Amino acid sequence: MPNDPTQDTGPSAAQRYWKTNIKYLTVLLGIWFAVSYGCGILFVDQLNEYRLGGAKLGFWFAQQGSIYVFVALIAVYVVLMNKLDRRFGFRED
Amino acid sequence: MDVQAWTFLIVGFSFAIYLGIAIWSRAGSAGEFYVAGGGVPPLANGMATGADWMSAASFISMAGIISFGGYDGSVYLMGWTGGYVLLALLLAPYLRKFGRFTVPDFIGDRCYSNFARVVAVLCALCVSFTYVAGQMRGVGVVFSQFLQVPINWGVVIGMGIVFFYAVLGGMKGITYTQVAQYCVLIFAFMVPAIFMSLLLTGTLVPQAGFVGDLGGDVGTQIAADLGAVGGEKIALLDAIDKINTELGFNAFTDGSKSRLDIFMITIALMVGTAGLPHVIIRFYTVPKVRDARMSAFYALLFIAILYTAAPAVGVFGRMNLIHTVEHAYYDAELAKSEEDKVIPEWFREWETTGLLAWVDKNDDGRVDYLKGRVFADGGKDKPAFATSEEDGTPLRGVHGQRVVTNPPSETPNELYVDRDIMVLANPQIANLPNWVIGLLAAGGLAAALSTAAGLLMVISSAVSHDLLKGVINPKVTEKQELWVARGAAAVGVFGAGYFGINPPGFVAEVVALAFGLAASTFFPAILLGIFSKRASREGIVGGMLIGIAYTLTYIVMFKFTWADGLLQVVSGWEPGQNKADYWFLGISPEGIGSIGMLVNFAAAIAISKLTPPPPQEIQDLIENIRVPKDAGEAHEMQLPPATADDI
Repeated sequence: MPNDPTQDTGPSAAQRYWKTNIKYLTVLLGIWFAVSYGCGILFVDQLNEYRLGGAKLGFWFAQQGSIYVFVALIAVYVVLMNKLDRRFGFRED
Repeated sequence: MDVQAWTFLIVGFSFAIYLGIAIWSRAGSAGEFYVAGGGVPPLANGMATGADWMSAASFISMAGIISFGGYDGSVYLMGWTGGYVLLALLLAPYLRKFGRFTVPDFIGDRCYSNFARVVAVLCALCVSFTYVAGQMRGVGVVFSQFLQVPINWGVVIGMGIVFFYAVLGGMKGITYTQVAQYCVLIFAFMVPAIFMSLLLTGTLVPQAGFVGDLGGDVGTQIAADLGAVGGEKIALLDAIDKINTELGFNAFTDGSKSRLDIFMITIALMVGTAGLPHVIIRFYTVPKVRDARMSAFYALLFIAILYTAAPAVGVFGRMNLIHTVEHAYYDAELAKSEEDKVIPEWFREWETTGLLAWVDKNDDGRVDYLKGRVFADGGKDKPAFATSEEDGTPLRGVHGQRVVTNPPSETPNELYVDRDIMVLANPQIANLPNWVIGLLAAGGLAAALSTAAGLLMVISSAVSHDLLKGVINPKVTEKQELWVARGAAAVGVFGAGYFGINPPGFVAEVVALAFGLAASTFFPAILLGIFSKRASREGIVGGMLIGIAYTLTYIVMFKFTWADGLLQVVSGWEPGQNKADYWFLGISPEGIGSIGMLVNFAAAIAISKLTPPPPQEIQDLIENIRVPKDAGEAHEMQLPPATADDI
């Protein structure tokens, strides 16, 4: 069984691929949580002390900034994973 | 040309395009019917997903909700976009690699259980049916507002169009019509938004105007009213905060909901978005795993264009409305000087459609718009207009306003404003050309029809593919399966049409339900299915059942009034205990899906620990879907069918 520690055959390409993938996910979802739930909800009052153009910063994160960051996060994920596919030879033709 | 002619022309032209695409893209095989043959390019799939996702609610109602709710409206903006990050990172690539046709396909195979497949089918049908009825209603509303066609006829015409391309073309027809519909709807939303932005901020881009200063023709006047002298600049958002607080409303950038509730609703909407079957199946239609990732990016990009403009439209609309009508004389004769504002003509037009109503509580002939309900009759608060008993014509008050039969409330507020007016009436409020109004009608219809078609696809494949082929008779031929799929889509169209014509009184409630159910069933089940090799079928199915039971009970308890009586009988509740005061930790029914999701995860993990791990071939399947190579086309089942010891 692949998840049985006694029969660990060493990290195969697929397992290393998966491990790196999980690392990317953790970082990207950390940012996802920080901008929406952190800046837009939990710390909105503190951030509203600052301004971005004509908007209070916390409010801006809740109604504009978090959405821009979401788009950027998926873009970064696409680039990272395409690279990872190539590195481990999993790229489909 | 007048508004009517433009509207008929633009709507007629858009319908002709949809029908043309449907004929061009008829589906021949099961693969084409369910997943458009798996050959949709990522850019096209991104557009199709955008149209699929953005419904009548996003197009017509969301800007209005934000306009009235201010910061509270953020839950929709973040909730309905942030879900795509979850979808792109946690679900879409792996489901594409798995490469079947439907969501119950995955649950059924991963849980090596037909019982799980049936549970998933029931959840998918439940979520999709609640959603589709609202879309048909939206179609009817647009027809009646813009084309002066009775609502019921509007629904019938909408049914006819969807029937034609969904039943004929399946996913292939739907995909390419959705691409066209995305173009129509985004153009229709952005053109008035840009005009409004120019009027109020002098900025071309609404998103920039939102964080900019007042400017432009109307914006400069408002700044002067607010006391700006010389070249002094006032930020748009500061101005709306000031106007709101002067009239007794909450400041726009502050909310009235509790922080915890905002947090929970946002989670429920995000996770619900990622768990909605009609969105998930769009990712089965692309050729490769990396195309699934890429189309998630395009989809969110295209959605973000509308979602970042919506709060701007909400603020522009609100500001312009208040500037125009607050303290204005309804009857121009009464205005004493040039300085006095007078109600413009469009006000009367929208009064006839019921989106505006005025009760002159203090008999001064002026419209006072302040905080508070206009009418005193309970929660509904919709105006009921009085008509003459002889010929049915509307009764008019002393100033010519339409008379309402609702009892007035104690508050000084005299103006009823329907939230939908912030999008639908903006072209008239801002004096935009007639073709913009026609375009808006076509956009609203595109938004509603595209979502309805995507949902019908889920309903039809759940019945023909998952129930008939997956459970009842695996030996059914492809031809028979396709006929059943078309039949199920047809039944779905008529069911949706029926509810569109006879809307159940709980449309607002079922939206919370659809997201709550998706959040507490599909999202945790699929996530565990991919990321945990240890999650057993007992765990995943048990988690779904416990999650749905918890969420459903909570929503029914607090959203459906009949539940109050029932609860008094079974559990000895006091009457009226289904109020906000009794919410669990103050979490509203809209946000309970987030707790439902946690309950699902907890139950699934606990049960998995107590039950045997999945068999080797399932563990191999999980290993296989985690890496992208050799995804191949979407295909039929290859695993051995479920056996007699199925749970």
